[in-house]
Amino acid sequence: MANVTIRNLNKNYENGFHAVKDVNLEIRDKEFVVLVGPSGCGKTTTLRMVAGLEEITSGEVLIGRNVVNELPPMDRNIAMVFQNYALYPHKSVYQNMAFGLQMRKYPKEEIEKRVREAAEILGIGPLLERKPRQLSGGQRQRVAVGRAIVRHPEVFLFDEPLSNLDAQLRVQMRVELKRLHERLETTAIYVTHDQVEAMTLGDRVVVMKDGWVQQVGEPLELYEKPANKFVAGFIGSPSMNFVDVAISESGGALWADAEGLRLKVPPQKVAGVRAHSGKRMTLGMRPEALHPASGSDHADYSFDTTVDVVEPLGNEILINFRAGGAAMVTRVDPAVRVKAHQNVRLALDQERVHFFDDKSGAAI
Amino acid sequence: MLIERKWKKWVVFYLPMALFIVFTLFPFYWMAVTAIRPDPELYRTWRQASATPFWTLHPTLEHFKGLMQTTAFPHWLWNTMLIALVSTVISLICGMFAGYALARLKFRGSEFLGTAIFVTYLVPQTLLFIPLADIIRDMHLGNTPWALMLTYPTFLIPFCTWLLMGYFKTIPKELEECARIDGATRFGAMVRIIFPVAIPGILSAGIFAFTLSWNEFIYALIFMSSAELKTVPVGVVSELIRGDIFFWGQLMAGALLGSVPVALVYSFFVEYYVTGLTGSVKG
Repeated sequence: MANVTIRNLNKNYENGFHAVKDVNLEIRDKEFVVLVGPSGCGKTTTLRMVAGLEEITSGEVLIGRNVVNELPPMDRNIAMVFQNYALYPHKSVYQNMAFGLQMRKYPKEEIEKRVREAAEILGIGPLLERKPRQLSGGQRQRVAVGRAIVRHPEVFLFDEPLSNLDAQLRVQMRVELKRLHERLETTAIYVTHDQVEAMTLGDRVVVMKDGWVQQVGEPLELYEKPANKFVAGFIGSPSMNFVDVAISESGGALWADAEGLRLKVPPQKVAGVRAHSGKRMTLGMRPEALHPASGSDHADYSFDTTVDVVEPLGNEILINFRAGGAAMVTRVDPAVRVKAHQNVRLALDQERVHFFDDKSGAAI
Repeated sequence: MLIERKWKKWVVFYLPMALFIVFTLFPFYWMAVTAIRPDPELYRTWRQASATPFWTLHPTLEHFKGLMQTTAFPHWLWNTMLIALVSTVISLICGMFAGYALARLKFRGSEFLGTAIFVTYLVPQTLLFIPLADIIRDMHLGNTPWALMLTYPTFLIPFCTWLLMGYFKTIPKELEECARIDGATRFGAMVRIIFPVAIPGILSAGIFAFTLSWNEFIYALIFMSSAELKTVPVGVVSELIRGDIFFWGQLMAGALLGSVPVALVYSFFVEYYVTGLTGSVKG
């Protein structure tokens, strides 16, 4: 059991590529932290530096109270699950799981006990004598996890472990990983590019882009209060609608204007937005913050538009439309009946409006 | 329609295949037939009515007997085997480590080194034997098996290194990363994980190296002078062609016996050998 501290971590490759920039993270004991971001954002490199597979250019990694920068991977007491599982093809499932314990010179009975126990937890008991090539993708995944848990490491590292599975199996394994973490209570760092995985698995989520940490927070915090436009757009599916607006003051109120769209800046945002009066900003609205307007909706937060495409998903309907010069989408109740090219009036939930600085993208 | 297709298959597939097989195997057949043909038949002209150039009605083992009794053939066979084995083992060991290093370790000039090693393989033996002869003489190794055991690796090591480097590159590097997290050192991961996984590649490099040294001619011709110490390819040619007399029966018997071990090695490992060359490892 250990916490992991990352201080001012940097990675420069020889070709001059700066992959990880000043990353600072404090991962608490037993916490499940997910690093998420688009490919090339430095999440895997960060994980590999924690594992000791990648040299650290500058900064420190601490596991527990020890700086592990110079320790080889074997001495860090970590276990890692790789994207391609990396099962040893010439060893049976049992030998795969036992290898780490054998290398650490555990007595035979103890190895046997731990492997059986892990196999039991993961439901791979009957597969122990098979070779990896005789297993399905999901089974290989379990063996890879099993190999990690038999060692009882201080920290689990997962490098996109589910991305080679098909969609259905991925959802199933996601739940199992979460259950496993609750059972084992071990610190875990999990890398993924899939924001749904990040949101569902993580106690806290770290969003990265271009080597920088964009925001660290609990899943709902990231969703409700994104620190910047990147996080707002990255978390959530369909992603947040963005409109480029001009801020102006008239009649004692602030207004956000875009082509064919005029919305009042809600009272709780006024203080922040006032400084941008006369300038441009980005307005952000989650798909579910928009709904077909009814009589009770205030005119200041409503606008007219034409439906472009309707996507009925069963439990909800996605309506695509254009407004303010941008393609947007709203998520509505399946009871709502709309057709393509129909004119609709949409209202905005004024509590759920986001404003972002035009240049820096920072949330206001 | 079906008939037409059948006909087509014969023309584009079976016939060319048959021609190819005949073309490839005929020399071996000729060698085998000549080895068991009695001498009078060998020197009978084709114009004679009783001539049967493509088969023999009186097979005999006299050439094999003669080969064993009048020449040092058993010694040659033993020498060839020993030299090929030792030089293959030396080259494989060096090739495995060098190939691994070139495939996995990043160090200054690693790419240049890889190319340089390959270039040495391209230097023709007919040029290389001159400086090598000098070295062999200075080290007083001439006319000992060591002269060949140590010179064959000069072309076998680059060959094995390149073949194995290619194979190691196909092995996912996560395998050894995982082993290193599991508690192995880099060396341990290499020996316990990468080498076992690379067995098809190592075997095919080994088979190739073995065949190359088994068939090697020029170094064996130059560095070995006493009849006892010769290898099969050199012994057969130098002892069974005396002046302008060719002992065809014994020559072919020697060639036949000389190719048996290589054929055996190939047939035993053919599956490994194919995966070794096509290179496929699944995690």
